[in-house]
Order: sequence, then structure tokens, then C-alpha cells
Amino acid sequence: MSKHIPLVATLVLGLAAIFVLPAFVEAFTLMELMVYVIMSILALSLGFVWGYGGILCFGQSAFFGLGAYTYAIAAINFGESTAAVGLAIAVPALFALALGYFTFFGRISDVYFGVITLTVTLILFNLVNSTAGEQYRIGSAPLGGFNGIPSIPTLNIPGMPDRVLDPQSLFIVCVILLMLVYLGLRWLLSSHFGRVVVAIRENEKRADLLGYDSRKYKLVTFAIGGGIAGLAGCLFANWGAFTSPTVFSLAQSAQVIIWIIVGGYGTLLGPVVGCFLVQWLTSYAGTLSAINPSLLLGAVLIAFVLLLPRGLVPLLQTAFVRWYPRLLSIKRQPDKAEARDALDRIPLAGTEP
Amino acid sequence: MDYAAVIGIEVLNAIATLLLTSIGLAIVFGMMRVINLAHGEFIMIGGYAAITATSAGINIWISMLIVAPLVVGAVGAVVERCVIRHLYGRMVDTMLATWGLSLLLVGAVTLIFGNTTVGLSSPLGSFAIGGYQVSSYTAFIGAVAIGVTVGLYALLKGTRFGLIARGVMQNPQMAAALGVSPPRIYSVTFTLGAALAGLAGGVLAPITGVVPTIGVAYVAKSFITVIGGGASVLAGTLSASGLFGTVNQLASFATTPVIGEVALLMVAVVLVRLLPQGITGRFFRGRL
Repeated sequence: MSKHIPLVATLVLGLAAIFVLPAFVEAFTLMELMVYVIMSILALSLGFVWGYGGILCFGQSAFFGLGAYTYAIAAINFGESTAAVGLAIAVPALFALALGYFTFFGRISDVYFGVITLTVTLILFNLVNSTAGEQYRIGSAPLGGFNGIPSIPTLNIPGMPDRVLDPQSLFIVCVILLMLVYLGLRWLLSSHFGRVVVAIRENEKRADLLGYDSRKYKLVTFAIGGGIAGLAGCLFANWGAFTSPTVFSLAQSAQVIIWIIVGGYGTLLGPVVGCFLVQWLTSYAGTLSAINPSLLLGAVLIAFVLLLPRGLVPLLQTAFVRWYPRLLSIKRQPDKAEARDALDRIPLAGTEP
Repeated sequence: MDYAAVIGIEVLNAIATLLLTSIGLAIVFGMMRVINLAHGEFIMIGGYAAITATSAGINIWISMLIVAPLVVGAVGAVVERCVIRHLYGRMVDTMLATWGLSLLLVGAVTLIFGNTTVGLSSPLGSFAIGGYQVSSYTAFIGAVAIGVTVGLYALLKGTRFGLIARGVMQNPQMAAALGVSPPRIYSVTFTLGAALAGLAGGVLAPITGVVPTIGVAYVAKSFITVIGGGASVLAGTLSASGLFGTVNQLASFATTPVIGEVALLMVAVVLVRLLPQGITGRFFRGRL
């Protein structure tokens, strides 16, 4: 039963969000919640790549941005969103595959990998930022440079380009996708593949010596993360029907890392919790004129790295495991020492005088 | 011919700028294996210190060359004591904590000085090469870069502190066994690195102006230069900024500044892929 708790909890929370929120919450709040949901998908992508694969990517926003731009360009050109969504996942995943091939097969690790991903993000940001002007267009989509791409066609019902989803339905789609990504990653991590990925994070050399080609596993992990980040980018482009080069920015990458640190590294729930908490905190701080959001975020990040390096979710889990049985006054399993004492008291056959 | 000379000067200027902005980070990374992502904000604070001191009536040269490094060095000492010291040996955690620090400093400076660009007028005039005007300030930046390099070389090679610092860098346990306190050396090193960042910020303030978010523009390039250079502080930073500065300026002249920037980053990616230990992991091994 306890194995299914996450599944049940996800379904309950997700269904509640789908059926309750759009009906009872104001449109403005719903739009804000939708950003949280979309960003949670982005957080999950890095939570998987970094928290489980041990690959610290400083440029997750590269894939996020590629997803947003791919969707925008494809949707404007096709006039229909279904193929555009597919491309928005495939292009970042392929880009991650190429970048991963370039780095993992060169045996580049930790900090050096961080530098390369950071640099690639900067390259994309610079390039896209400088494409202002009519001569930069792909098909019928002008790239727009620092102005971004406005009025992107948003999601429609597959096959029916004129049936465009309203914000409520878009919110439901985002929640369903977040649930699918979360449950999909859970399933993946409990599979053989997932166990090997975690083994490589724990000790890459040992996994190699046991016969697993760590480079290939890291490559696939990275590509999956890239695809998920691309999906988040695609949804983000849908959210505002707009995308601009800031999706590639370093600040965006930094945010994702902060969410994971706050929520909990090495969990899937952590990135989602961290994402909701930090974004809520940021928008709350934005309403206070006395505190600068960036000041607050920085302080939060430092405090967590110094004082709570494991993040909130693992902390709560530990507390839960310790206190839950006492709260419900469940009978404890006798531990080993008690069991041994009990055994000693049983008279053995043949020892009776 | 004159045009070639101008390009040459611009290339040297790019190299000197890159050298100045990354040398502080390189010292901290080379000696302590700590990557300080708040380095860009140290440069930014240096700029603000120089501008504030100048508008308070202090001579502009004194505020750039003395006040800026002192202020940022003090900030660095506090940061080392409060944050970095607790995270030695945990490279990724240090990077994350300093990233948080960088956000914090941007926020704090925005609160104090506001989110506008503040400028400082360039104190030197210009001179002519053929039909081209070149700012004399370029020559000054080159001179500061050379001064910093020579000064560091002398400090590390010629003084007792340099000897101890190099010893700690090579083998902290052995140095500790011989009676040196590595934490104290680290704290001095970090302060020195921060002071050099402050110097760079002060000297560059008249050219770029200062805005709270300017650090981002510096930190990525400095970070790439340091990793590209590798473990040797001086040889690495010199060779990497030489390579990157040249590529950046030549590509900028041939096309646009954006393409120049992209060319620099491309070269950096390829360099790290080919030489993961940096330039000095392969060449100039064992130099300072």
C-alpha cells in the first residue's frame, strides 16, 4: 500500500486542481497558478537530470528556450499546434543529445560540464537576442530579436486548428502534463534504467566496471531532461502567446537550480514544492516595495546551502518517518535487540534439566 | 596600416580587460578550488565604490586604484568569513552559495543606488593614429593589467607570503603540518582576489558605466577564461585571455560585436572539450 501513496496522492491533488480550481478561482490567479505548474515541469526536468543523474546543468534554460521558440516558429508556420508540440519536445531533446554526445563522450564532468552548458546558453541568448529585423525569419515566422515573438497561435484540439483552448482548458492540460511527467519519471526511476542512472550518480567508476556504459546512460538521461524542459518551454510560450529571449537567460537557469535546492535535491517532489514556494515568495516580495525580490532569493539560496543543504522535502520526510508512527500510535515492529531477548527467553528443547 | 594598428590596439585592449576581470577569480580558483560566482558583483561594487568616492570629492585616480580595491577587499573578507569558509572542499555548494550571494548583492545595490546606469567621465583624452582617434584610457588599462600581472608574479615568487601561499596551494595538509594555518591563507587569498575584482571594477567604470546587473556580463566570461586557462593562475589567465580576447575582437571587427561574443564562447566550448584541464593542463605545466 505505502508504495502507492505517491501515485494516489498525485491523482487526488491533480484531479482536485483540475476540477476545483478553474471553477472557483479568479482568472488572474489561475493564470499565475498556470505559470507555477509550467515551471514545475521545468523544475522536474532538472530535478531528474541533476538530482538523479548527478549531471549539474547550468543551462537548463537553453532547452526551455529552444522548446518555446520551436513551438512558436512551428505553430506560426503550420497554423496548427499538434505537430508544433511534438517538435518543441523533439528539437530540445535532440539538441541535448548532440550536446551530451559532445561532452560525456569527451569524459567532461562536474564544473567543466557546468561551464559548457552555461556557455551554450549564453551563445543561444546572444544569437536570438540579435535577430531583430525582417531578414531574420524562419518560414513565415520573424524571430524578432530582443522583442520576441508575439501572438503565437496557442494550443488547439488536435486536428482542429480553429478550436483553440481557452485558458481554463489550457490550465487543465498543463496540470495533466505535470502529473504525467511526474508519474512518468517515477516509473522511469523504478525501472532498471533508473536504477543504473542512480548507481552512476553514486559511483560512476564502479558502474563502469560493472559493465554499464555510464556515458550512454548519462546521454539518455540528459536528452530526456532536455525534452521535458522543451515541453515546459512550449507550454510557457502558450501561456502568454508570447516568447522573448529572456527564456534563455542565466537568471532563468539560476531559478531552476534554486527551486531544486530549496525543495530537495534527489527527490521528484522537491523540485515541484520548491518551485511553487519560491515563485510564490518572489511574487509576494514583488508586492512589497521594501524588499527587492532578487535580494530575497539570494538570501534564501545562501541560507539553504549553508543550513539546509538537503532541502525541505527530505527534511520533512525524515521528520514524517520519525513521527508518523507515534502520531497514529501504530504498534512498533520489535527491533532486533528486543527480538533477540525474546528468543533467549524461549526455552530450547532438550536443555531442560 | 593605421587601421591595422587600431585593430591591434583594440585586441590588446580586449585582452587587458579580460585579464583584469578574471585575474581575481583565477587566484581564488587556482589557490582554493573555489569558484566565486559573485565575482561579477564584486566588480560591480568596485565600480560603485569608485564613482561614489569620486563624487564625494576624492581624486579620481585614488578612488579607482585605491578606494575600489579596499572596499571590495573588505566585502570579500566578510563574505569569506560568513559563507565561503563553511563550504571548503564542496565545490558545487560553493558555486550555489556564491550564486545566491550574487543575487543578494544585486538586490542590495539596487536598493541603495537604484536601477539606473551611473557613469564616470573618462579622465584622459585621446590620441591620433593616422586618421583614427584612440582613447588614451586604453593605454592606461593596458598598463594596469601589466602592473597587476607583474605585481602578482612578484608577490607569489618573491615574498614569504607567496611562498607559503604556493605551498598551501600544492599541499594544504603538509603546509598545516609545518605550522601554517591554511584557513588564514585562504582568507587572505580570497580577500586579495576580491580586491583585484574591485580594482577591475574601478578601472573599467569610466568605460562601461555601472548598473547593478552589470556583473552578469563579466562573470560568465571570467569564469570561462579561468576554466579555459586551467590550474596555473598567471600563465593560465594570460594565455586564455590572450586567446579569447583576440578571437573576440577579430570576429567583432569582421562581423558584429554579437558574433564576436558568440565566437569567443564557441572557442571556449571547443577548448574545454579538447583540453578539460585548461590550457595550462597541457602547456606551461607547473608554471605560476
